[in-house]
Amino acid sequence: MSRYIATSAIRGATNIVRETDLFLQKALQEKGADTKVGFPNTAYYLPTILGLTGRKVETIGDLVPVMEYVKSLTHPQPAQNRWTPYLGETLDSGIATLLAVESLQALRFLYGDQPEKLDGFQLAQASLNDGGGHLNGPIDDIQLRSWGIQLVDGRMPGFAAIVGCAKSNEVAVKIIRELQRRNILIFLAGNVNGRSIIHQLQEEGVEMGYDTYIVPFGTDTLSAIYAIGFATRSALTFGGMKGGQSREILLYNRARVFAFVLALGEVDDLKYAAAAGAISYGFPAIADTVIPEIHPTGVTSYEHVVSMPFNAIEAKDDLERAEKLVQRCIEVRGVKIKMTEVPIPVPYGSAFEGEVVRKADLRFESGGKKSRAFEYLYSLPMEKVEDGKVTVLGPDMDQVAEGGFMDIGIVAEVAGRKMQEDFEPVLERQIHHFVNGASGVQHVGQRDITWIRISKAAYEKGFRLADIGKILHARYHADFGAIVDKIQVTIYSESASVNSMLQVARDAYQRRNTRLGDMADETVEEFYSCTLCQSFAPNHVCVISPERVGVCGAYSWLDCKASFQINPTGPNQPIPKKQQLDGVKGYFTGSNEFVQQASHQQVETVSMYSIMENPMTACGCFECIVMVIPEANGVMVLSREDTSMSPAGMTFSTLAGMAGGGLQTPGVMGVGKYYLTSKKFLSADGGFKRVVWMSSVLKETMAEEFKKAAEYAGDPDLIEKIADEKICTEVPDLVAYLEGKAHPALTMDPMM
Amino acid sequence: MAREAAPELKTIDPAVAEMIKRAEELGYSTVFSRAAKTPPCPIGADGACCQICDMGPCRLVPTKANPEPVGVCGATRSTVAARNMARHIAAGTAAHSDHGRDLALTLLAVSEDEAQGYEIKDPDKLRVVAGYWGVKTEGRTNREIARDVALAALDDFGRQRGEIKGAKRAPQKRIELWKQFDLTPRGIDREVVDTLHRTHMGDDQDAEHILHGSLRTALADGWGGSMLATDFSDILFGTPSPAVTKVNLGVLKDDEVNIVVHGHEPTLSAMIVRVSMEPELIEYAKAKGATGINLCGVCCTSNEVLMRQGIASAGNDLNQEMAILTGAVETMVVDVQCIMQALSDLAGKFHTQFVTTSPKVKITGSTHIEFDEHHALDIARQIVRGAIDNYPNRKGQVQIPNYLHDLVPGFSHEYIRYMQGGALRGSFRPLNDAVMSGRLRGVAGVVGCNNPRVTQDQAHYEIVKEFLKNDVLVVQTGCGALANAKYGLLVGEAALEYAGPGLREVCEAIGIPPVLHMGSCVDNTRILTVLAEMATEGGLGEDISDIPGVGIAPEWMSEKALAIGAYFAGSGAYVLFGVNSPVANSEEVEKIMSEGWEKLVGGKMEFVPDPKEIVRRSLAHIDAKRAALKLPAYDPNKYGKSGDAKMNELLKLPLAQRQAALYGAPVAAE
Repeated sequence: MSRYIATSAIRGATNIVRETDLFLQKALQEKGADTKVGFPNTAYYLPTILGLTGRKVETIGDLVPVMEYVKSLTHPQPAQNRWTPYLGETLDSGIATLLAVESLQALRFLYGDQPEKLDGFQLAQASLNDGGGHLNGPIDDIQLRSWGIQLVDGRMPGFAAIVGCAKSNEVAVKIIRELQRRNILIFLAGNVNGRSIIHQLQEEGVEMGYDTYIVPFGTDTLSAIYAIGFATRSALTFGGMKGGQSREILLYNRARVFAFVLALGEVDDLKYAAAAGAISYGFPAIADTVIPEIHPTGVTSYEHVVSMPFNAIEAKDDLERAEKLVQRCIEVRGVKIKMTEVPIPVPYGSAFEGEVVRKADLRFESGGKKSRAFEYLYSLPMEKVEDGKVTVLGPDMDQVAEGGFMDIGIVAEVAGRKMQEDFEPVLERQIHHFVNGASGVQHVGQRDITWIRISKAAYEKGFRLADIGKILHARYHADFGAIVDKIQVTIYSESASVNSMLQVARDAYQRRNTRLGDMADETVEEFYSCTLCQSFAPNHVCVISPERVGVCGAYSWLDCKASFQINPTGPNQPIPKKQQLDGVKGYFTGSNEFVQQASHQQVETVSMYSIMENPMTACGCFECIVMVIPEANGVMVLSREDTSMSPAGMTFSTLAGMAGGGLQTPGVMGVGKYYLTSKKFLSADGGFKRVVWMSSVLKETMAEEFKKAAEYAGDPDLIEKIADEKICTEVPDLVAYLEGKAHPALTMDPMM
Repeated sequence: MAREAAPELKTIDPAVAEMIKRAEELGYSTVFSRAAKTPPCPIGADGACCQICDMGPCRLVPTKANPEPVGVCGATRSTVAARNMARHIAAGTAAHSDHGRDLALTLLAVSEDEAQGYEIKDPDKLRVVAGYWGVKTEGRTNREIARDVALAALDDFGRQRGEIKGAKRAPQKRIELWKQFDLTPRGIDREVVDTLHRTHMGDDQDAEHILHGSLRTALADGWGGSMLATDFSDILFGTPSPAVTKVNLGVLKDDEVNIVVHGHEPTLSAMIVRVSMEPELIEYAKAKGATGINLCGVCCTSNEVLMRQGIASAGNDLNQEMAILTGAVETMVVDVQCIMQALSDLAGKFHTQFVTTSPKVKITGSTHIEFDEHHALDIARQIVRGAIDNYPNRKGQVQIPNYLHDLVPGFSHEYIRYMQGGALRGSFRPLNDAVMSGRLRGVAGVVGCNNPRVTQDQAHYEIVKEFLKNDVLVVQTGCGALANAKYGLLVGEAALEYAGPGLREVCEAIGIPPVLHMGSCVDNTRILTVLAEMATEGGLGEDISDIPGVGIAPEWMSEKALAIGAYFAGSGAYVLFGVNSPVANSEEVEKIMSEGWEKLVGGKMEFVPDPKEIVRRSLAHIDAKRAALKLPAYDPNKYGKSGDAKMNELLKLPLAQRQAALYGAPVAAE
């Protein structure tokens, strides 16, 4: 700290603690101690309070002891002369501020003040359909988990908590774009004299919401607490930590969550106090105004507080200043950025992956209901590929009327010394991510169900079909340079040639399907490990076999094999199966040994095919939870997207605590959804026929796949015998339903 | 090399200088005049005198005719010098450790509810310390824990086999090294007896072997007796944290009853602090014509109450007679160690009551009120009441030198940990980071006594100022800490005035003075703990011997100082002693303690009279340790850019201009 900051932060903390205490007294009086408080869609109560104190706040009354603890963390301001040390005291005050503010926000929810209302505001979030008019408020658990994999694999290097208001709207947008370009998640809060960066971005038409990776928490400083709640939950969700392990949670964040605070405009006492709290998490603060600086390191990894007065930044204009400001933020936090320069006329970065091109903005589309688009990647001998060549065979989108469509086929031909036929589908699946990264371009689906939409804005900036080829060329070299030496791309847009190439592609899809279908755990010599998540869940390790996809659903056996080729010392290592100890439950000497070592002796043995005995652990970003329902003699499958109650008496968020963090809990397992359709799904416990309940969203989105699984299980009508949340969420109702449908699980051997 | 007599300039402390003048005017002797009159015995000074049997005493002074003199028994210069050194170390260890034993006994009495006025002030620390001793804490009362902890500690004194528990608190590598070389202390008393036995006539007569044994004895002090003394004092009287207080003779008040506590123990002094605030006694003082009761201390009893209760200090060891010379001291109450017999006679020349209290310490002419922890409050009240009764007896002119300075003491290792991260994130990471980056060149412990053979406080002050300029963070204890406090180095502002740019930045970030006062001389173990924490935090090697740091006792005089020096060396530190070499008669012994020990345990002990040479060797050692750790070479110009300065400039502007300047001065476009 500096003495100036210490003084401000301690003063700010003292005031907010007093204010919170008064509000708490008022709430106790008006609403009563037993009135429930909490944030929506989280299993972590008030997450910062849970994490740092271990207290599960459920009612207003539960906040009373929290505030007692908070008061014990406040200290007097340092003296003007003959001061005593203030750093520890300031950091304590920062923690007190975080705990008080979270309490205050919970109470404000109760009074309808959160999430903050903002007229005419619409969150960019496809799944949200509430008419808008409000800001985001806290991030829900589902979103946290779905961002989890991106945070751990480095696609999303960290988050920026921006507090205040930029010097101008132009600067605000530029700062946001610079962060997006680097795929940094952006949280917005605070204001300067009533004006917030949220207002600035709203005026400039920047979409804010989960889909654009820009989350507007609120226009006051208090709402910045949601960033801290997000960080705290990362440690609880992915780090396997328990509430109350304050030191571990803070150190986890310092080591693994690359976040920083960017204070725009004048910094007041409350902002200093909140920043002091963030510093305990290892998150430094950078300001665009003159404030005292703290360069010695230690609580944070690099400088604690950096002042970069905006006008004094050496640059030709404000835009370049904004760019340099962001650059400095990244240096100060030590954020690791993988950046690929993609030579196209629109901004590019995976922050744009979630962008939706709405009908009103549509310039051109291919695929979907009205036309056909497909993509196909295959390998050729080295001499047959001319690296970087992009050909468009047929008309470009200029020749299509605004909002119109046409058929296209994207064919990528790759060559490389280490390239194998097996990698073709792995590489092909990347086209979705790669193309989606362009701002104003939306990509959905794969193979022959591809659907691409281009916005007017992208078109106006000069985006054309050939740019798709340029994206693929740049990204394959950057991400798969170890196996791809050359790539050329042809885009077919003339109807006849699209159709003839489509036939070639479909033959290949069929061949690949058959080959994948033939691949079984028994036919390979080695499985693969995935320890990608150990940056977040230090003791978790996935064992990935041909018939068991990684829990996040993002890594199949082939993906791992390719990844091992690309990076032989990386997170995906071959695990020789060695001796088969038990073919039914799936015990192998090799996998046991590997898991022991890679889990740091936390897990001794792992069964590949059973949920009941030594089930595989999970990090935190699993797609589904499978859990035994003893009364039904079967299992339920709860989807990450399902927020409703389950027959286990818990929601996904609550259950996830038992399934994640690298813990082995018999009867509970986090899995990737495609594992459900595997022949090895719970094969030791009776297989797919054990499924008695399943979130309807899964039934709907994977109907085809489940049909096949049901046929394989020997009961083609199985799916309709499986209940979902629309049918029942209570065990007695479930059992009655199963009996009515004569579900096979009821007559199978007892699970327990 | 025999030493010189007292220096021309006796002190750099103006308050002391004023009192020396007063003593001369009154015709009274002081430690300074006696030092001038009594040159050090040239034979004893160099460790050339052997008095351990009645075949001698033998003086082993080499001459041209006899360049290799031996004693009557044939003992060589090296044997004699080593034996003398070993006995000094054993005596120092005995003194510190016995102080620790008394605290263990007090803790035991508290646990049995037999110690009047005492309580367990820091139950959290009790539980932490219980962990070190393997005492169970869950579901047990503080008293039950305290009892077992005290008994376990007392066991370590009398242990005959095995290892003392405190040794386990060293870094792992150090523990193994001690094991390998048979240096782990077995029992505290046993090691002292071992040294006394092996240095008896006709026993151990190999210098290296004698000194090896004395290293183990010293370690029994550092990681045993002294460390538990600190721990138990914290448990009973509170773990220190920073506060503002004052130092030097100016803290005496001419219109209040002045009571000066002196010596080394907190046990009685803490009770005197307590009763001197009782309204009845204050009223009693007023009834006797005083405006109140003013308690202060000298030497390390002063440090004990300064660290914990913020009681002002009248100064360090050589200030003891000076306090009485003011004529303002009603009672000087002493416990153990560093109490000059001259006080008794001097007190008699004034109205001052000179009260001895320890069952071990009676001084001819003193009023002896024997301390007993079972009646501590009663005894404390008796002493304070006696002082008040004495107030009307002041005779002659009272002359209190008007010199005093603020200081911020209270840096327990617990607080140092806390101040680097707060209640939830306390650690030594920032300190290690600062050393690793080169913001701090290194760390130095500058400790130890005053010695009238050199100018009082001068070496302490010059060495520390030089370190600060060179971005070396300084920790101090004992009389060294009080010395530099008198000259203003122990306040936050000193960082802005004296520290190099990197050190200044670190001090400003945490809010610390550039010199941290860590306690009395027994609390040097706090420095051991800090070093152990730094070694285990990571980035500065794995052992204390890897850390870019030094330990210095520039004005040492007591046997305890030698024990401290030896336990730091045995723990891996480079220790430099000023004044003179008590083993100068044997180059071999000097070499064993320097190169020999460095090879053995990574630490060494050298005697270097010149303060400038001490600084030179220290910085060279720090730089060498930095290089060995592959840290960047120290560069004084690299850091120092952060802090409050720019903000303060902004705040000086009128409000309107301030708004405009908020975003900084524009830079012309390229």
